[in-house]
Amino acid sequence: MLAVVGVSSLEELVRVPDAVALKSPLDVAPALPELELGRKISAYAARNTAATEYLSFLGAGAYRHYSPPVITALAMRGEFLTAYTPYQAEVSQGYLQAIYEWQTYICLLTGLDIANASVYDGATALAEGAIMAVNATGRRALLVSSAVHPNYRDVLRTYARGLELDVDELPVAADGTTDYSTLDARLGDQRYAAVIVQSPNFFGCIDVPPESARAAFSSTKTVPIAVVAEALSLAALTPPAAWGAQIAVGEGQSFGNPVAFGGPYVGFVASTTEHMRRIPGRLVGRSVDNRGNTAYVLTLQAREQHIRREKATSNICTNQAHCALVATIYLAALGATGLKRAAAVNLQQINRLSERVCSVPGFSRAFAAPVFNEVAIRVPAVLTARRVLEGLQERKILGGLELGRWYPHLDDCILMTATELTTDAEIDALVAALGEIAVAAKTSGSNGGVAAGAGGAR
Amino acid sequence: MSAAAEAKPIPLIFETGQPGRANAYFRNGRGAEEFLPASALRDDLPLPDNSELDVVRHFTRLSQRTFSIDTGFYPLGSCTMKYNPRINEAMAAQPGFRDLHPFAPTDLAQGALQTMYELERTLSGIFGMAQFSLNPAAGAHGELAALLMAKAYFRKRGEGATRTTVVVPDTAHGTNPASAAMVGYKVVSLKSDSRGRVGVDELKKALGPDTAVCMMTNPNTLGLFEDHIHEIARAVHEAGGLMYYDGANANALMGNSRPGDMGFDLMHLNLHKTFSIPHGGGGAGLGPVGAAAHLVEYLPTPIVVKRGGDGYAFEFDKPDSIGPMRSFWSNFAHVVRALTYICANGGEGLKEISQLAVLNANYVRAQVKEFLDTPYDETCRHEFIASAQRLKRDTGVRALDIAKALLDRGYHAPTIYFPLLVPECIMIEPTETESKETLDGFVAALREIVELAHTDPQKILDAPINTVVGRIDETRAARQPDLRWWPPRA
Repeated sequence: MLAVVGVSSLEELVRVPDAVALKSPLDVAPALPELELGRKISAYAARNTAATEYLSFLGAGAYRHYSPPVITALAMRGEFLTAYTPYQAEVSQGYLQAIYEWQTYICLLTGLDIANASVYDGATALAEGAIMAVNATGRRALLVSSAVHPNYRDVLRTYARGLELDVDELPVAADGTTDYSTLDARLGDQRYAAVIVQSPNFFGCIDVPPESARAAFSSTKTVPIAVVAEALSLAALTPPAAWGAQIAVGEGQSFGNPVAFGGPYVGFVASTTEHMRRIPGRLVGRSVDNRGNTAYVLTLQAREQHIRREKATSNICTNQAHCALVATIYLAALGATGLKRAAAVNLQQINRLSERVCSVPGFSRAFAAPVFNEVAIRVPAVLTARRVLEGLQERKILGGLELGRWYPHLDDCILMTATELTTDAEIDALVAALGEIAVAAKTSGSNGGVAAGAGGAR
Repeated sequence: MSAAAEAKPIPLIFETGQPGRANAYFRNGRGAEEFLPASALRDDLPLPDNSELDVVRHFTRLSQRTFSIDTGFYPLGSCTMKYNPRINEAMAAQPGFRDLHPFAPTDLAQGALQTMYELERTLSGIFGMAQFSLNPAAGAHGELAALLMAKAYFRKRGEGATRTTVVVPDTAHGTNPASAAMVGYKVVSLKSDSRGRVGVDELKKALGPDTAVCMMTNPNTLGLFEDHIHEIARAVHEAGGLMYYDGANANALMGNSRPGDMGFDLMHLNLHKTFSIPHGGGGAGLGPVGAAAHLVEYLPTPIVVKRGGDGYAFEFDKPDSIGPMRSFWSNFAHVVRALTYICANGGEGLKEISQLAVLNANYVRAQVKEFLDTPYDETCRHEFIASAQRLKRDTGVRALDIAKALLDRGYHAPTIYFPLLVPECIMIEPTETESKETLDGFVAALREIVELAHTDPQKILDAPINTVVGRIDETRAARQPDLRWWPPRA
């Protein structure tokens, strides 16, 4: 091969100017044969196994759900796994059709007209949705509920700093839903491109704008954006379009994708038809070929970076196609019946958890609003959320998240999650452990400490 | 199956289901209405119930209509479609990684944090950066992070209002100017010189007190090494700007040259290209962003750090950071895949990967130039470009037609019509994982297509004929958008 190329060595072929040539070997350990490689990496995995075996009531944007084995078996087919973006439609009809089906599922679940082929995750979907509203209205400020996932709000701020957009927040009312009492006054000067609300919100509460708020969105031409961090909730709850959302963004991880320490997940962006040409990323359309067959193809590419460069609606290129495929197969396998049953079990188990936990003296619901599969629990005054979580971890239970990390006034509250994977026996174990911790606190007034959590204090 | 049956459309999943075909994954217990008021519940959920067998057949058949690396040669320029070792998948699928919650306590997630830490340190070494953040989800996302960092850096230096332009060569990926626009930067496009490189004199004319960043990839998208990169970096730095490296073409560089040593201040990597993470039909990727020492404080959070006595931890509180770019810490399963790939190959192996990627590209180029024009006729790096401009003039056959004829012959098409500055451009990147036999077969197919273009061009203009569908009416797709299925009206 070197002779065909006309060089005498590989070194000659790859030579670069001396000033930029790497003079020393790469500081990377020697190659491992696969058997030893497997041992090395598996040992890293094994160091986390305990966390996956503890009883877990963690959620907050990443949800453990049952994923039937058929989903992985299909999604891991090499044809799906090792394809790239279906630029050559004639040999990519299968993947293109799967994306068209994903777009349809998201439309049917949100009630909106169109959906894109995916973005990175829920938080980036929110940022992209907000940019759509900015482009639609020409306004440079966003109003976001404080009950939207704190990580999503942080990411929105990251993007907003780049575009020099203002981000303001709506407060949370006593029942755990967004407080709209100041909305009319704040929307009056038509400064905001969008109002952004999440349901179920970060506290688990179902949080849909009331009629008065919808009237204010409409009269001030402010774009209502719905955030859905727990996609399974769409199987049971009022879809965003039904309360007037023009854009719905969210996280599809719950549909068959593992929690995987944070990714990859899959963001979706759906909207009414009027925002079609502002939507970011890939869109698959159905057309015909030159033989009269139905055929699928990437379309409306004049929105995209590879055609429009700096005038594109977004810079996104690689998205989360394979996670969207997993979600599509999950939705196909469960169907309406499976999704409704799964959602109902989530409702049943969170209500059971809430009732049982609140039967322990001193524990109570922080908020009265109805929930889907997460609930904010206030711990007894003699304890702190941190001490309760530490006590639970000593008993091999991951009890949830300290809300005080993001909401200082809720430093006595824990966000607990229950899904269809949560058994009655697990809830019993949680309740028994909380009882012990409460009793121990009353008698001794102290509790042993364990290291703090990994996630998200800002 | 007959060709006609193979070509028959596969019904949409929404057209195949029937009530009563639900799979028994969950108990049919209490309904949602027992827990919530009717006003909180949706009226209907118009999704089909399909038996698991029908779901299996549906997606299996869709997979059979999907070209992939596993089914054939995929020389898609700038996308680095190399083999995806299955050990990567097995490692990422272990319960200790797959089922680990992102909010798991730090003391129970040490293996995951160590995996991230080791990947970060290794990447920094290979590419000569002080530190990477594994936060961005894909290449364009890493680019956006880097430009946000540049903006924050200049703001902190009191130059935020004046440094407002980004210099982008005309060979750059489309994401470069699109990312620049997302941070409010004005794009100055730079024309390449006759050698297909950034000319230092031309660059100097574009630089000034308003320059924030110069975005480049090296080798560039023509497959050529920017041999004046040191002078380019010096000129940009003298103008007060920052150098940004687009890592899309990093597969050509490992063990040979480092962006950090070339003078780049910021960079991203596409780990789904160079580090063998499967492309998955268009993602998910992983696009770490790297920084030289004077910019590490601006990296997106969280950063994984090694602490003296108590192991690894995330750092969230970094006052100068641009903040997080996405919901959670990283596309972690891909971190596992990339580290697995690095450990499988070692330092020498990575160097050899880049050498062989360059060899394979040159081996194909040396033969393709016998029958197609190859502008910038010199040794290339990991990819090269050919042009069908003269062929089009002589025969009417365009780059697009060649691409479609390759599909008929069992090959994925190269990238076409990019970079934009080369008319009828065909951009070929074979990668190092392909054998000589595969490359020879591809060259033979391409040669036959070009010969046929001269003798019987209609045969090429009619391609593809062996695929399940022929050329698609893209105008209709765009003018009458049909982006979803609608349920029949009741």
